[in-house]
Amino acid sequence: MNATDSGTHQPRTLAQKVWDAHRVVTGENGEPDLIYIDLHLVHEVTSPQAFDGLRLAGRPVRRPDLTIATEDHNTPTLNITEQIADPTSRTQIETLRANAKEFGIRLHSLGDIEQGIVHVVGPQLGLTQPGITVVCGDSHTSTHGAFGAMAFGIGTSEVEHVLATQTLPLKPFKTMAITVNGHLRDGVTAKDIILAVIAKIGTGGGQGYVLEYRGSAIEELSLDGRMTICNMSIEAGARAGMVAPDETTFAYLKGRPHAPQGADWDAAVEYWKTLPTDPGATFDAEVIIDGDALEPFVTWGTNPGQGVALSDTVPNPADIADPNDRAAAERALEYMDLTPGTPMKSIPVDQVFMGSCTNSRIEDLRAFASVIKGKKLAPGVKLMVVPGSARVRLEAEAEGIDKIVEEFGGEWRFAGCSMCLGMNPDQLEPGERCASTSNRNFEGRQGKGGRTHLVSPLVAAATAIRGTLSSPWDVE
Amino acid sequence: MEKISVITGVGVPLKRSNVDTDQIIPAEFLKRVTKTGFEDALFQRWRQDPDFVLNHEPFSTGTVLVAGMDFGTGSSREHAVWALRDYGFRAVIAPRFADIFRGNSGKQGLLTVVVPEPVVEAIWAEIDANPGIEVTVDLVNRSVSCGDVHSPFDIDDYTRWRLMEGLDDIGLTLRHQSDIDEFETHRESWRPTTLPAR
Ligand code: SF4
Repeated sequence: MNATDSGTHQPRTLAQKVWDAHRVVTGENGEPDLIYIDLHLVHEVTSPQAFDGLRLAGRPVRRPDLTIATEDHNTPTLNITEQIADPTSRTQIETLRANAKEFGIRLHSLGDIEQGIVHVVGPQLGLTQPGITVVCGDSHTSTHGAFGAMAFGIGTSEVEHVLATQTLPLKPFKTMAITVNGHLRDGVTAKDIILAVIAKIGTGGGQGYVLEYRGSAIEELSLDGRMTICNMSIEAGARAGMVAPDETTFAYLKGRPHAPQGADWDAAVEYWKTLPTDPGATFDAEVIIDGDALEPFVTWGTNPGQGVALSDTVPNPADIADPNDRAAAERALEYMDLTPGTPMKSIPVDQVFMGSCTNSRIEDLRAFASVIKGKKLAPGVKLMVVPGSARVRLEAEAEGIDKIVEEFGGEWRFAGCSMCLGMNPDQLEPGERCASTSNRNFEGRQGKGGRTHLVSPLVAAATAIRGTLSSPWDVE
Repeated sequence: MEKISVITGVGVPLKRSNVDTDQIIPAEFLKRVTKTGFEDALFQRWRQDPDFVLNHEPFSTGTVLVAGMDFGTGSSREHAVWALRDYGFRAVIAPRFADIFRGNSGKQGLLTVVVPEPVVEAIWAEIDANPGIEVTVDLVNRSVSCGDVHSPFDIDDYTRWRLMEGLDDIGLTLRHQSDIDEFETHRESWRPTTLPAR
């Protein structure tokens, strides 16, 4: 996006407007702009070295009141009141607790009602709002863009930078419109949209861009669905993903603990309504997807761009023109132990993982439960259901979702990242195959030697019933 | 941060595209709370394979990694950069890098050098023909060379200046402290705050 002035009447994109409103210093002679950060989310894994850096330099946290921390990546999802067994995980958690105390940062610890995956907690508290800038030492910070915020992941040095200055030096991003026209069929979800987008543009296709998802199929999505899509923008290589705020966004936020109240609410909504991309604004690139034609999707390889419709077969690397992609596909199939031409739906799984910041919000759990209700888990398959936050867990329990999962034969766990990245005890065994609602199917991501197929909650549910990768269209 | 001008060292060919951060450093190593000592974690899974390039001499002491398309994709973990740096790498050459990885590298003085794919392949060929050959990355003249291969690379003036001066970002930003103070006086009352907790 070009950093020209906000004072002109040039039509601007949503991303440009948010950028312009946060520019503290305009970079000259190739220097980056200095961008103000409204909300800084912190967790145990990427923060210890940042706090250490502050201590070494004798710097305070500039705005503890714009900072919030939760424990999520390493936390156990069973016996959460006991001491964490893994000593290194325990050290990270204890380090975060000590740092939060020393620097005056609000922390939601294991067992606390607001604990959960950092990208589930921010929106749920109403902290994530349209038009703000959000950062976190976690690449899936892009999730928060679903509200029309500019949200992106940063590294630990940048975490330290934001803690110390509440700003980041940044070069403007380019913008890409991803327009999803038409309407999704029953059984097709936000997850299928984003898997199809990444399969189309590739894992590097969004590089350097902020993606703006638009079009009727996006407008019809709930905030939970929009978060699923924005969450995986990073898997297309993009810095951030955004959806313009609308009445759905305002309705989601209204009444949340940290949403504006009274006159502030009215002023905020008035401002939020000015954020959507102006007619006539241009994007640096545009991709169009036909929402009517989308089907439930699944990945077959070891990066999120290696995906096909469930009705399809394992592709043949020989058919791939690009030599890099072909070599990557060959290696992926070897790792995944798959043969070209095999129907995706005939592939048996050992585990199903329902969770992660992509798909662990209440609507995801509801969708999953609606398919498995009254059915039985396929013999030999393990199922773990991990709500995104302690609050989501409670809400789901109030609706009886825990009982549905348990009667089906699955395990109902406490909130956290869990098997999304296998930093806690929730891991695949070598060679095990998993249908997972998470966002990364990298080699070993869910445990050494584990094989991951990324799917939507509906596909995960259908797969848990049939024991092979399955579309919700395959179950009654 | 150390000042960088010219880096010369044994080139290590990593003939793979899409080397993601989980491969550079598996998640289990992210539990550490220190910022150094990650050399053992670098490419940890691959290093168990005797055929992996770093298990072969003269590559185990290489300092310039020459990789395929889209290096450093995946997570924001800066540990990936620390692991490369702690192992001894000073520069990574590739046709394209993931943005966050590239940003993180710049902050730790690990040079990321983008050259066209044919140049990477030509450097691989030089190394194959002459294992142990050195690769030079010249930040002053913005050029890469290895044997008969010579190529310019692009790096913006600002990043280059920062690397050459070894400047720390926070220090640079704090020069603008009064601008930040001023900006904050206009922050609207409806924008979110985390404290007091509600
Ligand atoms: S759920 Fe997975 S992707 Fe999301 S923050 Fe946790 S580890 Fe990262």
